[in-house]
Amino acid sequence: MAKDQSLESIARSIRHDIVDMIAKAGSGHPGGSLSCADIMTALFFADILDHDAERPDAPERDRFVLSKGHAAPALYATLAHAGYLDRAELSTLRKLGSRLQGHPDSNLLPFIEVSTGSLGQGLSISSGIACGLKLQDNPAFVFTLLGDGECEEGQVWEAAMFAAHQKLDNLIAIIDNNSLQIDGRIEDVCNPEDLGEKFAAFGWEVIHVDGHDIPALVEVLKQAKTKGSAPKVVIAHTVKGKGVSFMEGEASWHGKAPNDDEAKTALTELAEQEA
Amino acid sequence: MFRLIGSDEESKMRATREAFGATLIELADEGVPVVAVDADLMGSTTIGKFKASSPENARRAFNAGIAEQDMIGIAAGLSLTGCVAFTGSFAVFGTGRAYDQIRNTVCYSKLNVKIAPTHAGISVGPDGGSHQMLEDIALMRAIPNMKVFVPADYAACASALRLAAKTPGPAYVRMGRAKVPQVYADGSELEAGRAYVLREGKDVTLLACGVEVNEALKAARMLEETGIDAEVIDVFSIKPLDEETILTSLAKTGCAVVAEEHSLIGGLGDAIAHLCAQKHPVALAFIGTEDRFGKSGSFDELLAYFRIDAAAIADAAKTIHTKAK
Repeated sequence: MAKDQSLESIARSIRHDIVDMIAKAGSGHPGGSLSCADIMTALFFADILDHDAERPDAPERDRFVLSKGHAAPALYATLAHAGYLDRAELSTLRKLGSRLQGHPDSNLLPFIEVSTGSLGQGLSISSGIACGLKLQDNPAFVFTLLGDGECEEGQVWEAAMFAAHQKLDNLIAIIDNNSLQIDGRIEDVCNPEDLGEKFAAFGWEVIHVDGHDIPALVEVLKQAKTKGSAPKVVIAHTVKGKGVSFMEGEASWHGKAPNDDEAKTALTELAEQEA
Repeated sequence: MFRLIGSDEESKMRATREAFGATLIELADEGVPVVAVDADLMGSTTIGKFKASSPENARRAFNAGIAEQDMIGIAAGLSLTGCVAFTGSFAVFGTGRAYDQIRNTVCYSKLNVKIAPTHAGISVGPDGGSHQMLEDIALMRAIPNMKVFVPADYAACASALRLAAKTPGPAYVRMGRAKVPQVYADGSELEAGRAYVLREGKDVTLLACGVEVNEALKAARMLEETGIDAEVIDVFSIKPLDEETILTSLAKTGCAVVAEEHSLIGGLGDAIAHLCAQKHPVALAFIGTEDRFGKSGSFDELLAYFRIDAAAIADAAKTIHTKAK
C-alpha cells in the first residue's frame, strides 16, 4: 500500500480485490465481504489495530478474529494490502493447493489467530484470548468482527454473557450490521431484534456508527480502544454488497460469484469511484 | 514406565475424575501454564479443587456458566495466548453439545486444548440415558488432529492428563464418575500410541479401555479357571493406536474380545476391527452397548444389565476361542 493512499482509496482497492478474486475463484461471498471493507480499512490502516507485518506473531500485537469467516476475501485483500501476503496470491483463492482457503485457515497464513467459518464462535474465542492476555498482564486488545445474521447463533450470547461477567475491557466486538443473510432480510428470516439493546442488557458498552463512513469508524474504534470495566461492541451499520451497485442490498449476492461480465461491470464501477 | 499394583497391595477405589483437579494442581506447580474452563460443574469435575488450591490457580480456572460451546471457545482463545487449556463438563455435554466447536475451532486450528470431560459412559448411573454418554469415543476419534486417551483408573488418568498437557495439540481424555479399582501403581507413566500388555496369555486376547480394563482382568481370572489362558491389553491410547502390540498379540492368540463402556458403533471395537480387517484378520467379538441409549441404575447394575461386565467378557472369550480353534 502506498503510504500516501487515502483510507477511502485503500477501501476501494480492497473492494476491487474482493470482486476480482471471487470472480476468478468462481465462488465465494461478495456481499458480506464488500460490506465490511471499510471496517477492515479503518481497523488495519488507521493505527487502530496494533500490528506489524514484519512480526505477525509479536506478543504485543493486537489480535483480530474474523468471526464471520465467509468474509475471507475481505480479510485476504486486507492482509495483502498490509503486507502479510503478496497481492498476486489473491487470485489463488479457493483453488486446490492455495493458502487462501474458502474460509480462513490459521495454519496456512500469518496473522490469522484461529480458523473460522462455522459461525458464532469468534466471540467466545476472542473472550478466551482476552482472558489469556489479562493473565499475562499483556495490554494488547482483541478485535473480532461478526455478522448481524451470525448473531442468531446462540453461542454469541453465551459469549456476550461471559465477556461482560469477566469485565473484558480489552475485547472489542464489531458487528457488520448489513441486515441481510442467505435466506433474505434478517428481520424476515428470524429477527434477533435490536442487537445493541441485547449487548447492553448483558453489560456491554454499545456504540453505533455508519459502517461506511471511514473517519467516523476510526473515531469510534479509537474511542472503543480504551480500558474501562466492560467489553465494547461497535455496531457498524452497513450495506451488503457496498460499492457494487447491482450487489447492494441484494441477499442473492451473499454467496455467489459474479460472472465475467458482471465482474467487469463491478470493477469498472469501483474504478470510477476511485476517479 | 508403568507398574501394576501387586497382589499384596491394597487396590484403592478411586474415580478417574478425582485425578483431574489433583493433576492440574501438580502441573501448575511444575510451571506448566495450565488453565481450566468448566461449565458449572467444577465440583463434579474436580476442577474446583484446582481453583481452590491457590489464588493464582483461582485466576486460571474459568467458569463459562451452563454454556458448553462457549467453554470450548474460551479454552481455544486461552490456548492462543500460550496456555495449556483443559475443558470440563460432563462427557455428554462437553463433547456432544460442543462438537462443532471442538471440530471447527479446536481441531481444525490444531489448538492446544484438552477436552477432558468427566461422567462418561454409564458411570454416571442413576442420571439415566440423557446423561450417559456412549458415543463420545466415536465422535472424538473421527476428528482429524485429535488424540484419544481412555484411562482405566486414577493413576492412568493422571498420566493421561499429564501426557495431554505435554503433547502439543488437541487431545481427548475420557473420565468417569464411578469409583473403580486400581490397576496401575500411582506414578505410572503411559504414552500416546502405546497399548499395555497387563497379563500375558496364549489362547485369547482381551483388548479393553477405561473401566473395562479391570473387567477384562477379572474375566481373565474367570477364564483361567476354565483352562483358557487370556492375554489382557489396555488400549489406553485409542488414537493413535498401538498397532504393533495389538497385532503381535493377535498373531499369538488368533482371536480377541474387544471391550468398552461405549456404543458398539464407532469406538475401540471399530478401531480394532478396522485394523484387523486390513492387516491381520482374526475372529473378533465385541463387548459394548448395543445401538441404544442408557438408563437409570447403579454403575454395577448397569455393567451387568448392558452385558459389559467381566462375566460377559469371559463368555464372549469362551465362544470366540472355541470358534477360532
